Amino acid sequence: MTVAIAVGVLVAAGIYLLLERGVVRPVLGLTLISHAVNLVLVSAGGIDRRGEPLLGQGIDQDQMADPLPHAFVLTAIVIFFGITIYLLTLTITGPVGRVLAEERGDDTGSADAEWGPEPQVTGEADEARTDQPTSGRWRLGATEEE
Amino acid sequence: MNTALLPLLIAVPLTGAALSVLLRAHPRVTGTILLTVSALVLVAGAALLAGTLQHGPAAHGVGLWPGGIAIPLVVDPFSALLMTVTALLVLFAAVFAVALRDTRHPLFAALVLVLLAGVQGVLLTGDLFNLYVFLELILMPSYALLALLGARRDFRATRLLVVVNVFASLVLLLGVALVYGTAGTVHLGELSGRAQEDPAVAVAGAVVLIALGFKASVVPMHGWLAQTYPFTSPSVAALFSVLHTKVAVYAIYRIYAVVYSGAAAYLGLILVLMVVTMVVGSLAALAASTMRGVLSWQVVSHIGYILLGVGLFGPLGLAAGIFYLVHNMVVKGALFLSAGAIEDGYDTGRLDRLGGLVRTETLVAGAFVAAGLSLSGLPPFSGFAGKLLLVDAAVDAGQPVVAGAVVGVSVVTLLAMMRIWNAVFWGRTRDRPQVVQHRPMRARTRVRLGTALPAVGLALVSLALGLGAQGLITVSMTAAEHLLDPTRYVEVLGNG
Repeated sequence: MTVAIAVGVLVAAGIYLLLERGVVRPVLGLTLISHAVNLVLVSAGGIDRRGEPLLGQGIDQDQMADPLPHAFVLTAIVIFFGITIYLLTLTITGPVGRVLAEERGDDTGSADAEWGPEPQVTGEADEARTDQPTSGRWRLGATEEE
Repeated sequence: MNTALLPLLIAVPLTGAALSVLLRAHPRVTGTILLTVSALVLVAGAALLAGTLQHGPAAHGVGLWPGGIAIPLVVDPFSALLMTVTALLVLFAAVFAVALRDTRHPLFAALVLVLLAGVQGVLLTGDLFNLYVFLELILMPSYALLALLGARRDFRATRLLVVVNVFASLVLLLGVALVYGTAGTVHLGELSGRAQEDPAVAVAGAVVLIALGFKASVVPMHGWLAQTYPFTSPSVAALFSVLHTKVAVYAIYRIYAVVYSGAAAYLGLILVLMVVTMVVGSLAALAASTMRGVLSWQVVSHIGYILLGVGLFGPLGLAAGIFYLVHNMVVKGALFLSAGAIEDGYDTGRLDRLGGLVRTETLVAGAFVAAGLSLSGLPPFSGFAGKLLLVDAAVDAGQPVVAGAVVGVSVVTLLAMMRIWNAVFWGRTRDRPQVVQHRPMRARTRVRLGTALPAVGLALVSLALGLGAQGLITVSMTAAEHLLDPTRYVEVLGNG
């Protein structure tokens, strides 16, 4: 029951943040949802059995925890950790290519210019999009300007 | 067939990616690695297809752990067929990227190779959790490709694609957790038929299917696709459109066939969703204002066509769906690559800024018209055979409305293709709005030959699949048989 409530609260808060404008809040929202999913994964193996899952150590098999969901959760945490770092990097630096180009100083930067501007999709979106800042930087406090 | 070689399909592209990172200062070398590895995977896929058609499915437990503990890799005619086609398309997109000089970006080749490894992993895995892991392996390089090459002025596209896909991945993981909680396993062999026995497993599996629906952009989870694909680099858009959604479609086929055993109870719902997807996508394509905008909406529309095969679950329906999947990947590749070639030459994909290109860009125009007619389902191209099979399957299943929708939507598709044709290739030559400095203005053709050829190649493949449709139909029939009766698949998977 506690796990169910915790998952519910985490998902609700996560969805709320995900629907917010700006850049950092959706990232935090996704992080909260990932915590909720990890909790579901752990509880999928049963949360009342908590013994070490070691055979031949005299541990009661009925009390042994299921090790498989734990392995799942570890994998999922690592994967989402990578994604979080990517998202936060994007938040701070904007497009990675630009940063790389600046670091390299020349080549990629001029190649960037040659790749040219991106096409616009629909007329309505065009106007909204051309108003966007072209500084190449996702603002941390994007809510204010939007 | 030595199944111990199966992990190499994932390991070789990953090794290639590592090498490309090490040699990133030499774009020619990394470009060569990319082309060589995708050609190798293509050959391996073709060999596996021949082997599985002859001997049926084969499986391997990685590291020779006993079945049920090892990471199971399994191949059957369906997955082998898709391995071949995905490798073929990566190869064409790689040639295009080399011509476009995208490969000059130090990490381009490495990222595409990781993407290729992830695709092969999804096609090979026999375990839901590894499905999640491999889908992440596809997405991580995609995010990077999008940030490196696409969405230069518009980071909303990057943000939207990343947030939607991360969210969908989390829903998928939730579904996998629920499946484990209800069925006690995520091994496809052990899950076989469980959704039909236990409604709880069916609900948990539905969460997985919904997450895959997000990734395949099935209506009502379709909004993100057309807002992101047009903003990437042309080569990346071509890669994404033929790999991302199609891999999710493969997983939907596999899970519905194995876990649900094609349960008849949900087929009606699937049919309704797919027909709505077809209609919404094709109508929205009429309103888009760039070449790739139209094509992206057509991706949505044709996901509906492909998944009709699941809705018409049966020997004929599945075979039609598999045929259509292969046809659609080839044709979508041809369309995106020809649109990309035009965009590269003229620096715009806007329908109102192009015109009269048929006079100068004969090659691209030919490839585009062939692929467009194929997409709309006109003979002698592969689309005709695909749509005929779908109509046949729909009538056979007693679904005349679906058959009508297949025909009606293809008329709308033709209309969308004619919009591009009229605006871009027909009519008078427009004044050049933007001057490309690095190329002479008075050149007769502005599209570089290297960027046009991959599209022409894929259009020819579609023509070949249309004229020699019987061969692919036979392969699809065999693949459908193994999906319809996954006993052999489950058996080899269990023995690992």
